[in-house]
Amino acid sequence: MSRIPLSALIGLFFTALYFLGAIFAGVIAPYGMAEIVGDSWEPASAAHWLGTDSIGRDLLSRMIWGGQVTIFIAAAGTVLSFVTGSILGFTAAVAGGWIDQALSRLVDLIMAVPSLIFALVVLSVMPVTMVVLILVMGLLDATRVFRLARAVAVDITVMDYVEAARLRGEGRGWIIFREILPNALSPLVAEMGLRFIFMVLFISTLSFLGLGVQPPLADWGGIVKENKEGIVYGIPAALVPAIAIATLAISVNLVADWILNRTTSLKGGRGA
Amino acid sequence: MVKLVIQRVALGLMLMVAASILIFAGTQILPGDVAQSILGQSATPQALANLRAELGLNDPAPVRYVKWLGAALQGDLGTALTNKQDIAKAMGQRLGNTLFLAFWAAVISVPLAILLGLIAVRYQGRWPDRLISGVTLATVSVPEFLLGYIVMFLLAVQFRVLPSVATVYDSMSLGEKLNAIALPVMVLVLVVLGHMMRMTRAAILNVMQSAYIETAELKGLRPFTVIVRHAFPNALAPVVNVVMLNLAYLVVGVVVVEVVFVYPGMGQYLVDHVAKRDVPVVQACGLVFAAVYIGLNMLADIISILANPRLRHPK
Amino acid sequence: MPDALLDIRNLRIEATVYAPGEPPRDALIVDDVSLRLDKGRVMGLIGESGAGKSTIGLSAMAYGRGGVRITGGQIFVNGRDILAGGAGDLRALRGAEVTYVAQSAAAAFNPARKLMDQVTEATLAHGLASRAEAEARAVALFARLGLPDPGSIGNRYPHQVSGGQLQGAMTAMALCPQPDLVIFDEPTTALDVTTQIDVLAAIKEAIRTTGVGALYITHDLAVVAQVSDEIMVLRHGKMVEHGDTRQIIEAPRADYTRALVSVRSIEHEEKRPSETPVLRVENVTASYPGLPIDVLKNITVELHPGQTLAVVGESGSGKSTLARAITGLLPPKRGQMVFAGRTLSAQMAGRTKDDLRELQMIYQMADVAMNPRQTVRTIIGRPLEFYFGMRGAERDARIAELLDAIEMGTGFADRYPAELSGGQKQRVCIARALAAKPRLIICDEVTSALDPLVADGILKLLLDLQAREGVAYLFITHDLATVRAIADSIAVMYRGEVVRYGPKSQVLSPPFDDYTDLLLSSVPEMKLGWLENVIDTRRMESAGH
Repeated sequence: MSRIPLSALIGLFFTALYFLGAIFAGVIAPYGMAEIVGDSWEPASAAHWLGTDSIGRDLLSRMIWGGQVTIFIAAAGTVLSFVTGSILGFTAAVAGGWIDQALSRLVDLIMAVPSLIFALVVLSVMPVTMVVLILVMGLLDATRVFRLARAVAVDITVMDYVEAARLRGEGRGWIIFREILPNALSPLVAEMGLRFIFMVLFISTLSFLGLGVQPPLADWGGIVKENKEGIVYGIPAALVPAIAIATLAISVNLVADWILNRTTSLKGGRGA
Repeated sequence: MVKLVIQRVALGLMLMVAASILIFAGTQILPGDVAQSILGQSATPQALANLRAELGLNDPAPVRYVKWLGAALQGDLGTALTNKQDIAKAMGQRLGNTLFLAFWAAVISVPLAILLGLIAVRYQGRWPDRLISGVTLATVSVPEFLLGYIVMFLLAVQFRVLPSVATVYDSMSLGEKLNAIALPVMVLVLVVLGHMMRMTRAAILNVMQSAYIETAELKGLRPFTVIVRHAFPNALAPVVNVVMLNLAYLVVGVVVVEVVFVYPGMGQYLVDHVAKRDVPVVQACGLVFAAVYIGLNMLADIISILANPRLRHPK
Repeated sequence: MPDALLDIRNLRIEATVYAPGEPPRDALIVDDVSLRLDKGRVMGLIGESGAGKSTIGLSAMAYGRGGVRITGGQIFVNGRDILAGGAGDLRALRGAEVTYVAQSAAAAFNPARKLMDQVTEATLAHGLASRAEAEARAVALFARLGLPDPGSIGNRYPHQVSGGQLQGAMTAMALCPQPDLVIFDEPTTALDVTTQIDVLAAIKEAIRTTGVGALYITHDLAVVAQVSDEIMVLRHGKMVEHGDTRQIIEAPRADYTRALVSVRSIEHEEKRPSETPVLRVENVTASYPGLPIDVLKNITVELHPGQTLAVVGESGSGKSTLARAITGLLPPKRGQMVFAGRTLSAQMAGRTKDDLRELQMIYQMADVAMNPRQTVRTIIGRPLEFYFGMRGAERDARIAELLDAIEMGTGFADRYPAELSGGQKQRVCIARALAAKPRLIICDEVTSALDPLVADGILKLLLDLQAREGVAYLFITHDLATVRAIADSIAVMYRGEVVRYGPKSQVLSPPFDDYTDLLLSSVPEMKLGWLENVIDTRRMESAGH
């Protein structure tokens, strides 16, 4: 295997850092999530590395706990969108006919309305809980995974080797799991990174608008909201979580790019 | 070709009707009762009954949908639950403000994105291309509100060159208005520029790799002539398509940016009323946003149909 | 000695290769090639894919595709060193002194502009003629190249004319500036054989009357023999042999050239039909769902055990559809198929495991006929497991036997398809079909994606296996040389119908029907003067009628 490019290494480092921080939040966070430890918007000090927030909570601790919430919701949403989208996408591609038509038209319709707008419409009547957020985001995003999974699987089902397997008399199980899946996996895995980023941005945006994670719990988007008034007084507390979101998104992007490049060069078996 | 365009328009209209059903259904999927969820568990039975009657919840859902859409088509979007105002009236002013914001963002970002895309193609793989691609990759990975607060922090708070809050009202002159919306426009431009420039670059590169470009080069034409006579006519359709798709994207970006800069537009209006669970307002806003989005997508498709030489000059 | 038109000395061209899983490296594409072409002469450059012939052709315009770089040698056009000049000098050369005809005219024309604009563009850009004069030249060239409505065809867009006409227009585009040298890069390869002959004759006529010099690049020796004065044979970027056309065709010196000339020299004695056919297709009519026209019209053919039925036709004749109908992928609307004494269910789903096993298929593109994520062992072993329940050592032993039968060693068993050459891939596909112990194998254009020598090896292997295993082949192809080499009986298809059918000796001897006559006489033969003969004969016939 060729060596890992620098950009991917940086991406891997930060992605791992954020994920470890999220998993071990309870161990590394110096204070509790909602613990008030000082005055509002204290500057950075030895006791509070990032200062305190609008009501005097330790910003670093809140960032670590908030990271846990952000990454948990985004990961759960990604898993939901992937499982739903890819199962339905493969089914549509292999079954064809009216099943394919019905699913594809439904997805076209959902995608005709911008996701954020549709989510806002649904959240105006639903109770805003973490489960509802994950369901809404995961199912809306499943439409994109569906399109990709279906397109990839359709590309593969027209290959002569799949036809050869059908002519041999192989059952649907062998065709999906042995002929199609091994060839569809790598584009889907690379796409997973992009979907995860989308989820992070989506949940952050909802929380920033006050329609995502509800206080006293907070994710990074929520922390931006809590501290946004500070900006006008020159207090950059709101920028800290925003920058965390951006660096996480860019890191995952770099890793996904690398995986995508690697797998496409693997697929190009016929050389230049 | 006329037939194809008519088909596409018909599809767009169907999509709009379907989207209105979706938006309507989106507010009905709660297993319990909308009135209950709006008023909360502690609501009195009398209050619940009143709200039900007001929302028309005693009718079956399809009947309510038809009534709602029929009224909306005649310009009656109902009244807000929270302040009893006529929604159409309240929205008119705000829609104007939003379009004003989106218009200036488009006027700046479209030529800029095409110019940057052309520069990136001209210097493909060299430092101008890498620089532009790198910066735009960063801007597409960053949430809109971060961009918003960064420019606000720098330009409004640290250097105090522009106002941090974009308040506009009728009595302002155009110059004052433009000064007020400078920051949100800047953020919106950054948000769409990345996507638009990357897609433009890809569209032009795709054309530049065609065999007929090689033919033109082998005729000994000047690089500029090759681009103007051979690449441009074929790149126009995909680029216009890219522009339209990104204007549609702008419609969504505007929601967050309006909240950041406290701008009195549609986005702010929608978000406020989602928090207040004012269902009629949310439905009306959702419908308008979806209509603009679907309309722009439809326009993009029609333009690419019109620009296709195979369809323009049939056999 | 006067200056040659084109004088290439010790040309060396390199390109950066991005092999999967390896760091990029530089590869030599053209290695120390020299050639000299005098004014008004035509030189054929011939070789397999990867021989470097197109790269050499484009180097005469100092142009490199992709990451191709000229790293050594000199190129003179009319005595000027074209590598020494600047960008302006190159522009003055391209499109004026030297012009280019690409393989795919459909891709090489700008879809958004009219033919006339594009044909006269280089002439006008270089100020070689006034617009009126350039357009008059173009119209004259259109007429000379046999395009219909020469006066008005220039007003059309590229998608409004046929592929053969577009190739003619491309030639007109190259000749309009009245260049000294034209590079023809496989100008007829993408065309059907009956179209190719007209375009070829038109190109030859245009070269003759304008007196232009030409480099004619192709992989088909029989084609180049018709148009060139001299031939250079290339292989792996090196020159193999250079001589005048007669010497190369009639007395090749290099082994490689001899092999190219004698390709398809396989002699195959026609076998007599047996009592009972292994496959009988009766009155089969089929169409694709949703399309009003029948792609197969009332087809009846028979195939006998251990024999080969060649189904011949051009693109769109329905020959591949016949294969899909027989395999059950496209159930026919009417008619039936009897296989090994059993009536086959029209639907694939209704067939028994034995029906499926005894009827195997080999595809044109071996690349996509094998799952890239499976090893050769899995690819060949799966039918053994699936049909015969073989496992472990028994299966491995049979895999070794099959690899041996296709003349590849057991060392290949653990390789992935990407690690095999084109010929090896097709051999593995043959082994996969054989593993099922079939009575009949449908071969769909199995050699058309391969270089001639490799294709020859595959055909020999198929004939050997037929002799040993007694398997019958339904061989679908557009290539009549292949048909001559291996068929016992032949069905000629045209627009969904079988227009001629019978034993090989009968189908290939007169009297012919019109279409078979046209088809047979259009296939280039490796004889000098063949093209003139055919054209003259056709003129006389049409004058006689």
